[in-house]
Amino acid sequence: MSEVRLRGFGWRHAGRRAWAVRGLDLEIRHGERVLLLGPSGAGKSTLLAALAGLLPEDSGESEGAIEIDGLDPRKARERVGIVFQDPQTQLVMARSGDDVAFGLENRGVPAAEIWPRVSDVLDRVGFPYPINRPTGALSGGEAQRLALAGVLALRPGLLLLDEPTANLDPAGAALIRDAVARTADPSTTLIIVEHRVAEALALVDRVVVLEPGGGVRADGTPELIFAAYGDKLAGEGVWVPGFSTPPVKATTKPADDLVRVTRAAVTKRLPPVSLSAGAGEVVAVTGPNGAGKSTLALLLGGLLAPTSGRVEAFGDRRPPHRWRAATLTGRIGSVFQNPEHQFVTGRVADELALGPRRLGRTPEQIRRIVDDLLDRLRLTRLAEANPYTLSGGEARRLSVATALATAPRLLVLDEPTFGQDRRTWRELVDLLAGLRDDGHGVVAVTHDDAFVRTLADRTVPLGEPAPDPLPRRSRP
Amino acid sequence: MTLSVEPIADPGAPLARRNPVAKLGAALLFMLPLILSVDPFAPSAALVVELLVLPFFGIRMRLLARRLAPLLLTAGGILVTMVLFAGERTGDTVASLGPIDVTTGVLATAGALVLRIFAIALPGIVVFATTDPTDLADALVQNAKAPARFAIGALAAFRLVPLLGSEWRALTLARRARGVDAGRNPLAKLRLFASTAFALLVGALRRGVRLAVAMDARGFDAGVPRTHARVQHFTAPDAVLLAAALLTGLAILTLTLALGHFNPIIG
Repeated sequence: MSEVRLRGFGWRHAGRRAWAVRGLDLEIRHGERVLLLGPSGAGKSTLLAALAGLLPEDSGESEGAIEIDGLDPRKARERVGIVFQDPQTQLVMARSGDDVAFGLENRGVPAAEIWPRVSDVLDRVGFPYPINRPTGALSGGEAQRLALAGVLALRPGLLLLDEPTANLDPAGAALIRDAVARTADPSTTLIIVEHRVAEALALVDRVVVLEPGGGVRADGTPELIFAAYGDKLAGEGVWVPGFSTPPVKATTKPADDLVRVTRAAVTKRLPPVSLSAGAGEVVAVTGPNGAGKSTLALLLGGLLAPTSGRVEAFGDRRPPHRWRAATLTGRIGSVFQNPEHQFVTGRVADELALGPRRLGRTPEQIRRIVDDLLDRLRLTRLAEANPYTLSGGEARRLSVATALATAPRLLVLDEPTFGQDRRTWRELVDLLAGLRDDGHGVVAVTHDDAFVRTLADRTVPLGEPAPDPLPRRSRP
Repeated sequence: MTLSVEPIADPGAPLARRNPVAKLGAALLFMLPLILSVDPFAPSAALVVELLVLPFFGIRMRLLARRLAPLLLTAGGILVTMVLFAGERTGDTVASLGPIDVTTGVLATAGALVLRIFAIALPGIVVFATTDPTDLADALVQNAKAPARFAIGALAAFRLVPLLGSEWRALTLARRARGVDAGRNPLAKLRLFASTAFALLVGALRRGVRLAVAMDARGFDAGVPRTHARVQHFTAPDAVLLAAALLTGLAILTLTLALGHFNPIIG
């Protein structure tokens, strides 16, 4: 039961020229449930951090006023709970119950009260395991549910959710939505930041749109906001419900096979699978978590040896995993799920020049390739930046660009649209469609239904996941 | 790569279920007298005592052997180094390998060193093998009055360690996908290793920062006295274990002195 009041609030991180948020006037009353929207860079996450009291006074400059129940958020910390994106870096303890108890211990809740509260909140979020379940054995969605339980156990008057489903597959995201809906209670004020608006809409009764330059652009019920601002928001990358994209499918039949997988399997990770991908087609590999999709992407990318079966590509007698790296990168480009894994240098431009240099291109050719890619993927402005400082969408575009720099005929992507805003999504789809029409082969491992509907010429569903990896208990 | 963080012993064994702080303290108190002398007698006696109490920890021998395997490698390394480079070559010559005389004196010194390593490492290995990390952190805070900021913080960081293995694999594969490999060039291999390690470190730091923020958001820095959901008891048997460890260690030291084996590490 908390009330939020902002008057001309602004925050500038130390060492930055631009204000992350500025000129915000906003009042949120007891028990309201608010979806906070705005294009990337509008300062949504900064605002949540400020409300959670997680911006120390010496970490930047503030202006205006921000109050929770009339208090500075730094002094109202015990009234506020926040759930972040990544479940892995929110869980503290090795056992699920201990993790929920962690916050209660910190707040000095008497020991006798702790365990009843732990089991009560685990029931409320629908956590299906006993309290000694190892946190390392939870799926992403389950771990995020546990993180939510750990926050709700503290009975916050104000609950902040910072893109809680962005790192989860659709099944995991559904678990979280369901858990938030189950635990929504009229005495808790709720503020959600979420790109995938349709998923959050059932949980809120008010939408606030932040303006990137500062201030609030719009504020009202979801129906009113989307009727008046839907077009503009969709154009800025927000996943406004009801905006579908026209499919872009191949117009010609695929040519010769670039890669052929014959009953290839990897012990404990991928049951035997056969698959081929030709020049000029987009193949989507779908299936539940644990079905071995990412492992298949590694096989196709020449990064992993199958334990049985065969992988053949480009008419080479040697299988791709035996090729030298330079040969591999000239033929097959791999784009990883986490873009940061792929960055090797300290500058965006160097990142793009790396592959062509390995292939022995001349400096003149390299310069042309780099400039062209920077331009096509809207990265020219960031040519001198460090790849690790890019935003999620920029890092994704750069990771795709690095794979394209060596002009491989086959492109293998693992969850390329994961957590992307609508604008980056659209750009990726158009880019991949263009590559396909130029005669490249594209294989994408994906959970994203819209991506499959819009772009895929063929879908290869993988089977059921392997059984639970938890070791069986030995009989007493 | 997964690190085995789970205890590998029967948790109900009489010594395994002692308070973690008592076990850790006992291991330290027992070892202290041993490091004062570099003779072969003290570590031999200590090893005998350690092997005698081992059954009470309920540890499975095969698993223990696996944990000791890296030590065997170290022991082998020491033996080779000593034989090759020892300055004093006293005693009778056992064998001559070209310019190198292997003498009884050299073998005795090397043997004493190897015995010391095992005698000192074994208690530590046994304690960590029979102790759940969460219990250890709890006991450090509750019984040894260690700051929670340190003990629980270290525990949380420890939880992220297994992630480093999968992270390393992903980084290595991604580098190959980018066309970066070292081939047969050892210098390039070293450079590649360094750059991968650096990327791993950067990623680990970022995750650590995010975890710290999430912990503080749940009141880890609230400043109110923490309560304890899991209670660790330090009881009379725990005190007895500590005292017994100290007395046994001192007894071995006394015996070493009495029998004239004492060879001080300093001087």
